[in-house]
Amino acid sequence: MMRSALVALMLASAICSAGANEAANLAADPVLEARVMKVAEELRCLVCQNETIAASHADLAVDLRKQIRSKLSQGQSEQQILDFMVERYGDFVLYRPALKGTTVLLWVGPFALLLIAAYTLARAIRGRQRRAAPLAPADADRARRLLEESPPGP
Amino acid sequence: MKRYLIPLIVFVVMAGFLAIGLKLDPREVPSPLIGKPAPAFDLPQLAAPDQRLAAKDLRGQVWLLNVWASWCVACRQEHPLLVELGKTGQVKLYGLNYKDKRDDALGWLNNFGNPYLKSMSDTDGLVGIDYGVYGVPETFVIDKQGVIRYKQIGPVTPESLRDTLLPLVAQLEQAP
Repeated sequence: MMRSALVALMLASAICSAGANEAANLAADPVLEARVMKVAEELRCLVCQNETIAASHADLAVDLRKQIRSKLSQGQSEQQILDFMVERYGDFVLYRPALKGTTVLLWVGPFALLLIAAYTLARAIRGRQRRAAPLAPADADRARRLLEESPPGP
Repeated sequence: MKRYLIPLIVFVVMAGFLAIGLKLDPREVPSPLIGKPAPAFDLPQLAAPDQRLAAKDLRGQVWLLNVWASWCVACRQEHPLLVELGKTGQVKLYGLNYKDKRDDALGWLNNFGNPYLKSMSDTDGLVGIDYGVYGVPETFVIDKQGVIRYKQIGPVTPESLRDTLLPLVAQLEQAP
């Protein structure tokens, strides 16, 4: 019971993300459709740029899913389809941009910033420790006495 | 002094990056097709669907391919400019009627004027995908060898026409 409900839920969400007009295709060949969605999730929709082609309802995304579907059924590999998209729309179409000369900063930048921040923090902490001179014995005695004298807190 | 200097430098650098970022238009994605041969197409003509027009028929001349549709609001914005351009005969302007209904497209040209030597019907948008079209209107400049030299994303403006498109066309016309 639990399981069939889960399957139904998954199917429903798959249909939702594929757009209702594609429900017929989904029923026709679920294996192919799963592959279409896998490729579509790697691609950025250029109309609504923060969505994947799998998630977007934009007209262009629907068309591109159609293209992916027909290319997969023609027997093209997933890599061939990604290459086809990059040829036309550029690297920007890839949701996970390839690591190369122009994208190094994109991949390495955040980690470089993190390292710089960690180094700065470490230096600041060390500097502060050095500045805090140890308490002279007379001061330590006075502090202890003050603590003992003070009435217990509320 | 030093303790104020470092935050100031960090602030200036960040402000610099943000200022540049504000000026960039994220919708303008550089096309990888610049400098590549224009993708081939062979499409029915909008005015006469029984006749076809192929990209290779346009070899040997510098031409503009303007992607437009009757449902496209921004196309309306650039259209008067294109009509003016069409009248001067300075440029060979062809239209790619993208994902449109034929009747709507013909009615649109009737209402607003037809600047195109010819328009092709890309009803299912497949040629649009080959040209990497993602936001109509888009305008491509294609040289005599059939190579894409420039792509304008979004409406043509008087400035882009004067400063970029027309000088480029004139320069390409000079080339053999």
